[in-house]
Amino acid sequence: MKKYSGLSLVTGALRHNRNWQPAWRKPDPKREYDAIIVGGGGHGLATAYYLAKEHGVRNVAVLEKGWIGGGNTGRNTTIVRSNYLWTEASLLYEKSLKLWENLSQELNYNVMFSQRGVYNLGHTLQDMRDIERRVGANRLNGIDAEVVNAEQVKQAIPLINTSPDARYPILGASLQRRGGVARHDAVAWGFARAADALGVDIIEQCEVTAVNRDGGQVTGVETTRGRIASKKIGVVVAGNASVLASMADLRLPIESHPLQAFVSEPLKPVLDTVVMSGAVHGYISQSDKGELVIGAGIDAYLGYGQRGSFQTIEHTMEAIIQLFPMFSRVRMLRSWGGIVDVCPDACPIISKTPVQGLYFNCGWGTGGFKATPGSGWVFAHTIAQDRPHELNAPFDLNRFTTGALIDEHGAAAVAH
Amino acid sequence: MQLDRLKTGGRIDRTRPLNFRFNGKTYSGFAGDTLASALLANDVALVSRSFKLHRPRGIVGAGAEEPNAIVQVGTGASTLPNMRATQVELYDGLEARSTKGWPNLRFDLAALNDRFSKVFGAGFYYKTFMRPKAFWKYYERFIRASAGFGIAPTEPDPDSYEHRNAHCDVLVAGGGPAGLMAALVAARSGARVIIADEQNEFGGSLLSGSESIDGKPAAEWVNAVIAELRDRGNVTVLTRSTVFGYYDHNFIAVAEHCSDHKGERAADGVRERLWRVRADQVVLAQGAFERPLVFCNNDRPGVMTASAVSTYINRYGVCPGKRAVVFTNNDSAYRTALDLNNAGIPVVVVDCRKSGAGSLGATADAAGITVLRGHIVSDVIGRHRVSGIRIARWDGDTQSTFDSTIRIDCDLLAMSGGWSPAVHLHSQSGGTNAWDETRHCFVPAESAQANVSAGACNGHWSLKACLQDGIDAGAEVAARCGLRTMPVELPVTTEGTDNPMQALWRVPASKDPDRCPKQFIDYQNDTSVADVRLAAREGYRNVEHVKRYTALGFGTDQGKLGNINGMAILAECLGKTIPEVGTTTFRPVYTPVTFGLGAGENVGELFDPIRKTAIHERHQAAGSPFEVVGQWHRPWYFPQGGEDLHAAVARECLATRNSVGMMDASTLGKIDARGPDVVEFLERIYTHDVGRMKVGRCAYGIMLREDGMLMDDGVMARLGEHQYYLTTTTGGAANVLNWLETWLQTEWPELKVYLTSLTDSFSTIAVAGPKSRDVLQNAGCSIDLGKENFSFMSVQQAVLAGFPVQLFRVSFSGELAFEINIDSAYASQMWQILMESGKEFDITPYGTETMHVLRAEKGFVIVGQDTDGSVTPVDLGMNWLLSKNKDFLGKRSLSRQDCVRDDRKQLVGLLSVDGSTVVPEGTQLIEDPGAPKPVPMCGHVTSSYFSATLGHPIAMALVSAGHRRKDETIYAYLADNLVVPVTIVSPVFYDAKGARQNV
Ligand SMILES: Cc1cc2nc3c(=O)[nH]c(=O)nc-3n(C[C@H](O)[C@H](O)[C@H](O)COP(=O)(O)OP(=O)(O)OC[C@H]3O[C@@H](n4cnc5c(N)ncnc54)[C@H](O)[C@@H]3O)c2cc1C
Repeated sequence: MKKYSGLSLVTGALRHNRNWQPAWRKPDPKREYDAIIVGGGGHGLATAYYLAKEHGVRNVAVLEKGWIGGGNTGRNTTIVRSNYLWTEASLLYEKSLKLWENLSQELNYNVMFSQRGVYNLGHTLQDMRDIERRVGANRLNGIDAEVVNAEQVKQAIPLINTSPDARYPILGASLQRRGGVARHDAVAWGFARAADALGVDIIEQCEVTAVNRDGGQVTGVETTRGRIASKKIGVVVAGNASVLASMADLRLPIESHPLQAFVSEPLKPVLDTVVMSGAVHGYISQSDKGELVIGAGIDAYLGYGQRGSFQTIEHTMEAIIQLFPMFSRVRMLRSWGGIVDVCPDACPIISKTPVQGLYFNCGWGTGGFKATPGSGWVFAHTIAQDRPHELNAPFDLNRFTTGALIDEHGAAAVAH
Repeated sequence: MQLDRLKTGGRIDRTRPLNFRFNGKTYSGFAGDTLASALLANDVALVSRSFKLHRPRGIVGAGAEEPNAIVQVGTGASTLPNMRATQVELYDGLEARSTKGWPNLRFDLAALNDRFSKVFGAGFYYKTFMRPKAFWKYYERFIRASAGFGIAPTEPDPDSYEHRNAHCDVLVAGGGPAGLMAALVAARSGARVIIADEQNEFGGSLLSGSESIDGKPAAEWVNAVIAELRDRGNVTVLTRSTVFGYYDHNFIAVAEHCSDHKGERAADGVRERLWRVRADQVVLAQGAFERPLVFCNNDRPGVMTASAVSTYINRYGVCPGKRAVVFTNNDSAYRTALDLNNAGIPVVVVDCRKSGAGSLGATADAAGITVLRGHIVSDVIGRHRVSGIRIARWDGDTQSTFDSTIRIDCDLLAMSGGWSPAVHLHSQSGGTNAWDETRHCFVPAESAQANVSAGACNGHWSLKACLQDGIDAGAEVAARCGLRTMPVELPVTTEGTDNPMQALWRVPASKDPDRCPKQFIDYQNDTSVADVRLAAREGYRNVEHVKRYTALGFGTDQGKLGNINGMAILAECLGKTIPEVGTTTFRPVYTPVTFGLGAGENVGELFDPIRKTAIHERHQAAGSPFEVVGQWHRPWYFPQGGEDLHAAVARECLATRNSVGMMDASTLGKIDARGPDVVEFLERIYTHDVGRMKVGRCAYGIMLREDGMLMDDGVMARLGEHQYYLTTTTGGAANVLNWLETWLQTEWPELKVYLTSLTDSFSTIAVAGPKSRDVLQNAGCSIDLGKENFSFMSVQQAVLAGFPVQLFRVSFSGELAFEINIDSAYASQMWQILMESGKEFDITPYGTETMHVLRAEKGFVIVGQDTDGSVTPVDLGMNWLLSKNKDFLGKRSLSRQDCVRDDRKQLVGLLSVDGSTVVPEGTQLIEDPGAPKPVPMCGHVTSSYFSATLGHPIAMALVSAGHRRKDETIYAYLADNLVVPVTIVSPVFYDAKGARQNV
């Protein structure tokens, strides 16, 4: 892997940029691999990278039906934080956040992880109780968290409407300063490049159409580019998880919903942090290009079409104007949707399955981007060792049978 | 002086001059101008700077496709960022500024970026700014400083917006020849039609040209058609209305711009109106965009699309230059050459085709215009404005380079690289596109919804073909609506013959594409041929990767000009065909729309209308602050004198316990459930034995989710054999009704049960305290309120102070109490009557806070505060509510492994050891304050108050294995090194036997 640096840009410029190498190869699939990862989103690519790097499993293929990062990885609003309520969840996300903090250097690819802080606003007394509770839990877990009052919110976000006369006045917020945003495409590409350098084959335009088994053991997959054999298959396909599960005669407790987001036209900097509000139901940040990046909740119906309804966008705009009345004259440039895999307890499934050698990593729903490195890290461990790491043990598929749910719904009505 | 204004012509009103300011300088234009045409009339070529390289930029287009002329319009609260000068209608006093360029547009320091443009190639930022790690913060600050175009307003929007729903048989998007024709045919067939065009007048491309229809100027034909459409009762004609989004089930979103053309503020009425249209059929007739040609320095101010030049001449009476060159690969630009020639501007045509144009070529020759066939423009000279070009002879080899070039002096270069149908809406709707090898463009293929594309939007270039296509489309959609169409005659037009266009995606230069001066594909984002080649070289080969890596098509024009060129150039460098490469997804919206438009009326108070009880005004008059609970505003406490929350609550609590208090409980959800199967239904929903309740009895009931967790609670009463009255929590009311309906409608449709929400119809006043019975008696009650006749947990109809009411003997305070359900129309009066009837007992109104304290003293939970979706009834010690005789929702889950763990978090009471600390609600509980992080947590405080009745603080908490840990001491974590020891006790702090409510 040719190293990227400021110097490499200068040398490149002197050579009219003709010296650059592909960030990842375009190999044809081999007949067999030691492990196959289905799904070339951030999570799948991270899994492959950590398999190769941490566990020495390098004969790995990532199979992607379209182009890598084209799923939710390339469609999300990139909020990264770890201030979840329950210990199981927050430790997993915190592992991820720690990996984020070194990710650009680790991958030698600038993923632009920008720790500009995340504010979760509280608008009711119950919101403030929940914030108190969550912040306390975070601190006891060694995760940075603060409760701030409305005045402090105003100071950090001068344009926000903290008037007590607002329909849902802002009473305070929780703040995680280490949280922030990152450049989503770069995460996929950076992991792809680094994994490729370790020998991983990234195979695009390769859709898995069947999961082959012999007795209770997986033996490989059928794809649009032919049959590929492997005794270990990790499936990380987000909104399509149930589709892949049904190929192995499994059922998952997952609903696939459209989730939309949109951006404004690029504006001069007006918002320097990430603002989320459950009560008015919307969240917003500003990208390095100047676009306001905005989202809210899922569209209520189920489906696999990556599109939602305008009604949801309308509601989100209402919410944003509620928080920032001046943005009423700002214009939406582009909106889009992804299909999110929602679990009943708003927590992921990172688990072995009843089929030997078949592993699933899904259920991240509306909030898995932040988990990309951590998810890959624990999933690689699970696949390589054939048992979960202690961080993902609580996220076993079995919890829906035992009842040991990790209910993060209450903690953040807009869960991103 | 409008130097470049032509003496005659154009659709502007020369009798109405308008003054405006651009970058601080005053200019004048005419009514009918856009800001762009007025700037060009005033010879202003430089209007902006590009995003990354800060290259000087001028106006290239004349409409929605404009990537360069992005300006800030207006001032203060009504300022508008990122407006396209080509779409801003001029009004008197308009203020506009460039959005880039520091310290000013002409001398932009950041233009230095251009010098090092090779370092700043596609995706350069992914490769650097990584070390030292801690510096990213500073790098990013620097990057952000150069972000964005316009400036967002900093004050609330003074204007208003509205939504309007509409249904129609046929929606026609675009009012050019095809759209007008389609609308006419559909309207004549009797269809209800909406026709919308984003411009201020109908006519589309006809406004830019000099064609004639039926022997008359095209404008006359347009006027006649519009007049007929307006006259018909079945047509809604919308100008300045952009069809911007095409959603599922033919839901079409249209933005009508009502006031921006009149001034900065919508002086009267709304600024924008959102039409939410559900159309049976849609005709897509938004026309086509002309493509630029991709040659060296093709971004210099003075380089424009040929059609834009024609538009400025014919529509606005402006010629954007004094010496012009037209560079083309197809016939249409010859019209521009003729327009220029007619306007008296010297013009040379450079046509890459050896054969040149068809009949228009002959016309040009006849007009004496120099046409250089088999030539290309290889480079542009001039920085802030074109001063000349270089041309070279070309043999058709796209890979060739050459060194011998000829210079031509000019200040205007009109280019045409062919046309791309505006397939945006068709694609948004889910339709597919096919590459047309002869027309060299994507045309609509399969429709995914009920629509038809027509005219240029469908790949037709000639006026005759567009009119015919419009007729066909109109007839087609009318037929699909089941209507009979009348034959409509095709208007007479003059048609020539065209020579085929020659594909020329990247114009060869004197050096190879990586070394020659920049050849721009996407102006706004500075994406050049070299960038696309670099992306492909680095493996970003999928068109979506290229878009994301190079920012091609990510500008505010969404790639309307550049995308197809970009795809073709990518195909060329990958050795693929254009359809193999494909297009990126066309995403909503077609052109940007304001957030205000999306929100419509639903802002401010209407964002989520506040729900107020029927007694609200009285509470307000009493000076009560309100608590936000769900959508409601509930009285929080009733301060007297200068009382704060704590003092008021203490007084209210003591008054209620010692004499009588009264609260407005109207916000509780109320549902009437009745029907032959109501018992069976409620048995499945509630955990207790619903059927065993006698008529006239009340019971506390809870419902669980499928996972066994507590979902909602409330008192229910059996009013009849087949009629129950259910109450829910305030916040849960809507959810519970939805939940019940979901089960009824989707899972148990065989059950005959009817649910009606009564939440607003009835108001509820709770009178609580030892003197409550006396108060009701004082008011005059038709029934005997004594214990024997009216026992605890029963319900009776009564007449109270002359009003029919439903009286419940239930208690949420643990005191003798009555809840009075009364028609909301009389509630306020009843409140007043009770206040007076209670005067002698010093009746004390109390709010939510006192209610919370009173119930906490009794250990009653509040769902959503003491529970959070992870709590079972067993955790709350409510085993007695779980029937063993029947099945109910969530029952099975309660016996799951995790639900029977004996260390689950369970509801307990807490007393602070110091007897004085009120631990904040939400506080985490730990066993070992000295433990290293992560510190294990054993629970958290859910409710916490100072109890005036008991004289010390009390709290409720969920604590791991709490039920068997009475009297143990644990710690409330307030901060690192700050913990408060607390003792676990029973959550019932007061009157454990329940004697007080049962008198
Ligand atoms: C609008 C939106 C906003 C969001 N905002 C946030 C946020 O702010 N913060 C946050 O943390 N999270 C957010 N999320 C969630 C986050 O995007 C996802 O949880 C996360 O990116 C999932 O990554 P992934 O790699 O698992 O899935 P994906 O990126 O979706 O990757 C799955 C891949 O599997 C491929 N695939 C599917 N089926 C097959 C098959 N049969 N064969 C081969 N390949 C297949 C798909 O093509 C896809 O590329 C948001 C999501 C959306 C849609």
